[in-house]
Amino acid sequence: MKKLIRLQVNGDVRDVAVEPWRRLVDVLREDLRLTGTKKACGDGDCGACTVIIDGRTVLSCLTLAVAVEGADIRTIEGVAESREALHPVQAAFVEHGAIQCGYCTPGMTMSAKFLLSRNRTPTDLEIRTGISGNLCRCTGYAQIVSAIRAAADRMRAEQPSTGTASEGKG
Amino acid sequence: MSPSHFDYASPATLPEAIALFAEYGARARILAGGTDLLARIERGQIAADLLVSLQRIEALRAISFDSGEGLSIGAAARLAEVAEHTDVRVHYPVLAEAISLMATPQIRNMGTIAGNIGNGSPCADSVPVLIAVSATAEIVGPGGVRRAAVGDLFRGPGLLALDPNEFLVRVHLPPPPANTGFAFKKLPARTAVDVAAVNVGAMVAADQGRCKEVRLILGAVGPTPLRAARSEALLAGRVLDDTLISEAGVLAAEDARPISDVRASAAHRRAMVAVLVRRALLAAAEQAGIRVQSNGGSSS
Repeated sequence: MKKLIRLQVNGDVRDVAVEPWRRLVDVLREDLRLTGTKKACGDGDCGACTVIIDGRTVLSCLTLAVAVEGADIRTIEGVAESREALHPVQAAFVEHGAIQCGYCTPGMTMSAKFLLSRNRTPTDLEIRTGISGNLCRCTGYAQIVSAIRAAADRMRAEQPSTGTASEGKG
Repeated sequence: MSPSHFDYASPATLPEAIALFAEYGARARILAGGTDLLARIERGQIAADLLVSLQRIEALRAISFDSGEGLSIGAAARLAEVAEHTDVRVHYPVLAEAISLMATPQIRNMGTIAGNIGNGSPCADSVPVLIAVSATAEIVGPGGVRRAAVGDLFRGPGLLALDPNEFLVRVHLPPPPANTGFAFKKLPARTAVDVAAVNVGAMVAADQGRCKEVRLILGAVGPTPLRAARSEALLAGRVLDDTLISEAGVLAAEDARPISDVRASAAHRRAMVAVLVRRALLAAAEQAGIRVQSNGGSSS
């Protein structure tokens, strides 16, 4: 039996009718046509489906859509501020060749964004720990770590504040 | 219904949740973080007619500390919220450390302590710590509220000493006692994000430089978390030195009941119990203010 729920995705309100067992990743991709979020293992191992809910990264393949009604859901489609400008994490991924097949990229980007929202000056170890829940099947981790380090530098340069404003949600 | 299909409820109050469990019994499951439950439902290992989320019950999201009551962690609080909480970091850093060694950032953002207990997994990382600190679980059911020691809840892999219409609502950690140290050591199966091949929780209480009491819990080396009772008895009341601590490790390895599986062989697990027990005891003893005498014994 379907339930009518109201989801808040990237600031937009979307009403959908979903069965209670449907995973958020499927509802995002199939019902809302937000196919930037990828589904790979569907079992909580790979992190490709990572989205940010109420300021924290979660696996949308192990999240029921009905359970996040009313929550602030952010997907890769909502990361950039406009269609013209990439988010610093996205720009750094392009510049550093941190994208190979691209399948892990949306999830990696969300994990990097979450990490940098909590830690503006991560060490390489903290970056690696921060993306420990995201598998890159091309194994291009070195470029990804470089990209996140560069994004951190750029975000600090652009926003040299003490940082509370940029923390948490977003 | 198909085995992977279920209904979902997210009651706003505890009495509503209790009523649902009274009605559904074993056909209902608590949906905590979902990181194990939904994966197992997807694989067809578990079926349920109803999943009940406690997330809307505000009181069960709370983490609080009181110098008389100790630390209280609501069943709906996420693992990351627990590990980041100031009261946890100040009063029970060992719990924050154990959580930080669990799984991945996403899983810690989703999972809960109650879920880590509720799975009944012998390798749950929070459990050896909770038993080491003498934590109790607050359980509700149609008959009311009861408390049970976390260590008394485990009956076998996936089996808890709970009635089908009971569920965990809070975990309580007593105020940290003086002159007492706690430690957690884990050997993940392969990489840092893996489930433990072996984990160990330790408590060492000191009395004028001697070891007054020890509590030692071995995870992932038996059908439930195990108490290393002979090691505990060996150390109680003694002046600690390297040799004695190594002996405690050897006894614990003998008492472990590991199996061989995809994560590690039984022999490897048993050998690692001795190592992790030694390291956990040294760390807990140091925290308790005990100077462990060095007498040329092995150290690692």
